[in-house]
Amino acid sequence: MTSYRLPAELDPARPAADSPLTIRVDGEPVTGAAGQTIAGVLLGAGRRQWRTTADGAPRGVFCGIGVCFDCLVEVNGLRDVRACLRRAQDGDVVARQGGSEATA
Amino acid sequence: MRNVVVVGAGPAGLAAARAAAVAGAQVTLLDAADGLGGQYWRHLPADRPAAREGVLHHRWATFGGLSDVLRAHPAVTVLPSAQVWSLERLDGGVRLNVLLGEPDGAGRSARTFEPDALVLATGAHDRTLPFPGWQLPGVCSAGAAQALAKGEWVAVGRRVVVAGAGPFLLPVAASLLRTGATVVGVHEAGRVGALARGWLSRPWELAGAAGKAGELAGYVRDLVRHSVPWRPGEAVVAAHGDGQVEAVTVARLDERWAPVAGTERVVEADAACVSHGFTPRLELAIAAGCALAPSRFVVVDDSQATSVPGVWAAGELTGIGGADAALAEGAVAGTAAAGGDTGAAAARRAVRARDRARGFAARIEAAHGVGGGWTGWLRDDTVVCRCEETTYGRVREVVELTGSHETRSVKLTSRAGLGPCQARMCGRTLQELLGDPTPSVDRRPLVVPVRLGDLAALRSAAPTPAAPRPGGDRT
Ligand SMILES: Cc1cc2nc3c(=O)[nH]c(=O)nc-3n(C[C@H](O)[C@H](O)[C@H](O)COP(=O)(O)OP(=O)(O)OC[C@H]3O[C@@H](n4cnc5c(N)ncnc54)[C@H](O)[C@@H]3O)c2cc1C
Ligand code: FES
Repeated sequence: MTSYRLPAELDPARPAADSPLTIRVDGEPVTGAAGQTIAGVLLGAGRRQWRTTADGAPRGVFCGIGVCFDCLVEVNGLRDVRACLRRAQDGDVVARQGGSEATA
Repeated sequence: MRNVVVVGAGPAGLAAARAAAVAGAQVTLLDAADGLGGQYWRHLPADRPAAREGVLHHRWATFGGLSDVLRAHPAVTVLPSAQVWSLERLDGGVRLNVLLGEPDGAGRSARTFEPDALVLATGAHDRTLPFPGWQLPGVCSAGAAQALAKGEWVAVGRRVVVAGAGPFLLPVAASLLRTGATVVGVHEAGRVGALARGWLSRPWELAGAAGKAGELAGYVRDLVRHSVPWRPGEAVVAAHGDGQVEAVTVARLDERWAPVAGTERVVEADAACVSHGFTPRLELAIAAGCALAPSRFVVVDDSQATSVPGVWAAGELTGIGGADAALAEGAVAGTAAAGGDTGAAAARRAVRARDRARGFAARIEAAHGVGGGWTGWLRDDTVVCRCEETTYGRVREVVELTGSHETRSVKLTSRAGLGPCQARMCGRTLQELLGDPTPSVDRRPLVVPVRLGDLAALRSAAPTPAAPRPGGDRT
């Protein structure tokens, strides 16, 4: 596993105990903590890519702050959601998307 | 009472909102994020409160003080999750179009604001020059690593290389260490000579910026304690891996940032965090008509007023000076926007603090400014535009075919810069590759993509021009 989330008990900021949440990513359950972004939940679980470009290349987080649009995912049926900005909600259904249909 | 809208709740916007309220204005503070603090004070969200949040932060108490004052002040409305998606110029003013709700959500509520005075404090994002393999998962901007560490205690990898240019690489490496990652090395493109010219000239002036200097010294101590090598005059010139990064190539650079042949070495790493400086978030400033300097920052006068009457700007939008500069500029801008007296004692202190902090920006540019030789690490198959996957070879081909060095026409033919990020990642790179100095790439009528459904809702919610302005804000 490459990316990870520091376990709360090791966290020097001493956060309150996690309230866990589970999202489904391409059908598989992935757990994280309330307050995390979808990108944070995925990275925290060691997943670093969740989008496929038009040329078939894998992508995940690049800018982390909503500027690059590399991290787009489909959330609960809605495409083009920036995973680095959107807070995960328990039960969110996340699916890989190719390309983007955003009006820009 | 003057109606002031502040866009951006980072250090600059927070300070501006407070100063404007103190000067007697009715203030609305908007930020697209769901919390206050901007990039500098990004922190765990309210539903995961931390007992010692301050350990990853500097001046955390300053932030606490600012946000407490703003949330309690009767003349201040704080609106988080408020994305300003466009700005229209009206006769003698501006209209801000705002969507309130979850990022990229459907069915967000629309609001418009027509303030008497506008303070833009939209900040900057980091800029990464392309290199072979930078599109592999595991390669990210230094800002991404920082945002994930500060906002979620997530480390982007276990063996991480940090590279690029500027003092920002130091806090990023420090945050990675605190989230338990191994930082294999910090590679700074600026060579020792440039760093010395930038940082060691007129050292007496640095005393005025003691806060920032002390903060940087703290990060250096972190690196030393963890035996992290800091290597000036070096760059990550390629990333390698099957589906994600497994190693990077590091090379020495000459003073123009051209890689020196024969100095390449391969370093095993599962993540690379790379940034070569910052670029301002200019959309709203450009839409308002604010004049820009050749360096692309918004031009402001001594009271932080832009070239457009009624519009002020503060923070990284006006130059990269760090959080101290942003706080001081915000305080000056907020006072001026509220019609307060920037000659009064408190405002004069802010003006002096701002002037000291501005020197910092000049030093960063002198020591870490992008050198033109970096194109030496590009290959024909290097992706330049991440969205459209346009390669360097394709851009060169289009230039040869069309004979054009104009960014706009090269974009249209090569598709570089036409993807969803609207050339935020590659626009400046393209201009540098083409030698085209016009700031046109930063002109984006829509600050963020807007869903067609939202646009339809907005049209039906559009206010009539003659409607009254209860608090400058109409739904
Ligand atoms: C990812 C990242 C991490 C950083 N971390 C550090 C760090 O740890 N230490 C450090 O010294 N420096 C850091 N910096 C540099 C940082 O930019 C400055 O130190 C400081 O935050 C600048 O303050 P500011 O108020 O000018 O802008 P920012 O703090 O960037 O605040 C700007 C705010 O404006 C909001 N905004 C922008 N456009 C809109 C819009 N259209 N509608 C609504 N809201 C909008 C943004 O959401 C943001 O909150 C970081 C920069 C980035 C990009
Ligand atoms: S990672 Fe860049 S927009 Fe999400």
